[in-house]
Amino acid sequence: MRPGALSRRLLAAYVIVYVAILYFPVLLLPVFSFNDSATPKLPLVGFTTKWYASLAGNEAMHGAAWNSLIVGVSAALLSTVLGICAARAMTRHRFRGMAAASSVIMAPLILPEIIIAISLLVVLLGLGVQLSLLTVILGHLLICVPYSVTVLVSGFEGFDPSMEEASRDLGETGFGTLRRVTLPMLAPSIVSSLLVTFTISLDEFILAFFLSGTEPTLPVYIWGQLRFAAKLPNVLALGSILIAASLLMLTAAELFRRRAERKMELRP
Amino acid sequence: MPTSAPTMPAARAGSRTPGSRWLQTEAGKGWVTISPPLIYALLLLIGPIIVIVANSFWSQDYLTIDRSFTLENYKAALTEPIYRDLLFRSLFVSVTVAFVTVILAYPVAWFVSFRGGRYKGLWLFIITVPFWSGYLLRILSWKVILGYKGVLNETLLYLGVIAEPLSSLIYNVNAAIITLAHSWAAFAILPLFVSLEKLDRSLLEAAADLGDGPVRRFLRITLPLTAPGIIAALMIVMIPTVGDYVTPKLVGGKDGVMIANAIQVQFGKASNWPLGAALAVSTMVIVTMVAGAIVLLIAGLKRLVK
Repeated sequence: MRPGALSRRLLAAYVIVYVAILYFPVLLLPVFSFNDSATPKLPLVGFTTKWYASLAGNEAMHGAAWNSLIVGVSAALLSTVLGICAARAMTRHRFRGMAAASSVIMAPLILPEIIIAISLLVVLLGLGVQLSLLTVILGHLLICVPYSVTVLVSGFEGFDPSMEEASRDLGETGFGTLRRVTLPMLAPSIVSSLLVTFTISLDEFILAFFLSGTEPTLPVYIWGQLRFAAKLPNVLALGSILIAASLLMLTAAELFRRRAERKMELRP
Repeated sequence: MPTSAPTMPAARAGSRTPGSRWLQTEAGKGWVTISPPLIYALLLLIGPIIVIVANSFWSQDYLTIDRSFTLENYKAALTEPIYRDLLFRSLFVSVTVAFVTVILAYPVAWFVSFRGGRYKGLWLFIITVPFWSGYLLRILSWKVILGYKGVLNETLLYLGVIAEPLSSLIYNVNAAIITLAHSWAAFAILPLFVSLEKLDRSLLEAAADLGDGPVRRFLRITLPLTAPGIIAALMIVMIPTVGDYVTPKLVGGKDGVMIANAIQVQFGKASNWPLGAALAVSTMVIVTMVAGAIVLLIAGLKRLVK
């Protein structure tokens, strides 16, 4: 075997091990969630769905799931609207100060979440705002917008601005152009953005932990349950459902993103 | 881009004021379009951060905030052993995690960029999915793996490698580093991949034609030219991890407490907002300085290689 071929195989093996380690902890929880034992340990004892069954009658968990749904849907819709504005400005207009404006919008991507959380908490409490799901949504919007922008920028780059110009030249109003040209062209990216931001909101813990008051979202509920060792199998079952939901939505988001890319290939 | 000004209704009221004329310019349209997300970020991110910075110069007497300027909080944050230790530990953890993550991720990013072929997008998707799903749950999973009766100990016992469970696996700094490095692995790949994609492949061919071997090509072309990606990846991991709250709490134990836990206490039970604010600001300033030092270091190394 040539040395080149050997190092190639070594690299491929490394990548496979790397990906396996990335997934191992994520897939471990679902494995234990079906294990018929009160503590997660090896060897596996037997298959059971009782941990999932006990979730069905858990009112507190249902409340948290409902809260997460409200927060996630609101954060996804609003951050995608804000993301469309930002992505449009970044791709369709050139102006002084755009780099500074974009870095302010994208900053939450790199700031430690605890800094965002305590700053927002201090201001909200200072203004006398009661902590609620609304305050969680406000916080989640900050961290969802940058991801939405990332998805939508590639969406805007994917279609030719001359289509919008053509529509306006043919007499369509600004709103008509938006509704009949821009949004349909962007549709796959918008769906992708909605799914990604919903998933981020669904999984987000720190902001929700600081800003949620008495109404927990699912991760905050899980955090509370971690104090009780006996509840661990239930937490694993709930966590597995969350992971499965996230994986499904991210896969769907990726499929829509690819569709947007294919649309791009149809460009003249 | 040609403006569509002629099709706009020119007779609209007030269209001749300078303000609305500005709105018709490229810059005006740009600012109007970007204003909703920008104003949102200014009001809910930049504004509150300014409030936190202001708080850090105030003091608290029971429940009332005294707004006269003081540096006492910074004195406490930077000189009291407990906070100093936590700051150092947080920095140590975040810098270690950043370097470990980038060193481990680089070959993977290289593989996807150079060997990915048609499947680059699929590879990136597969690698980044774990990052998007379940922050809290991933950390919980490491607790299950590293715990005293955890998966790793049980497996090692079963294999006969150890006679009794190791208590050194969890509740220390190493456990926090392993967990964080795993959490951020996927995120580090992206900037590395982007910079590798931008690398002009003909440079590598030229070097090969001139007789450079693969190692020399990598060290003298690939590595220096992807330095911006390496820097971006280091920052994107280091800065958020310095303030991580859950990992130290779940797997760090007593010896793995980090600065975020101290900050949280000041905004929760102990409730000394100004001190908490000073801790938060100090952390951000110091991590920015360390980040700057790393950037300079890498720039220096780059010059050395050439």
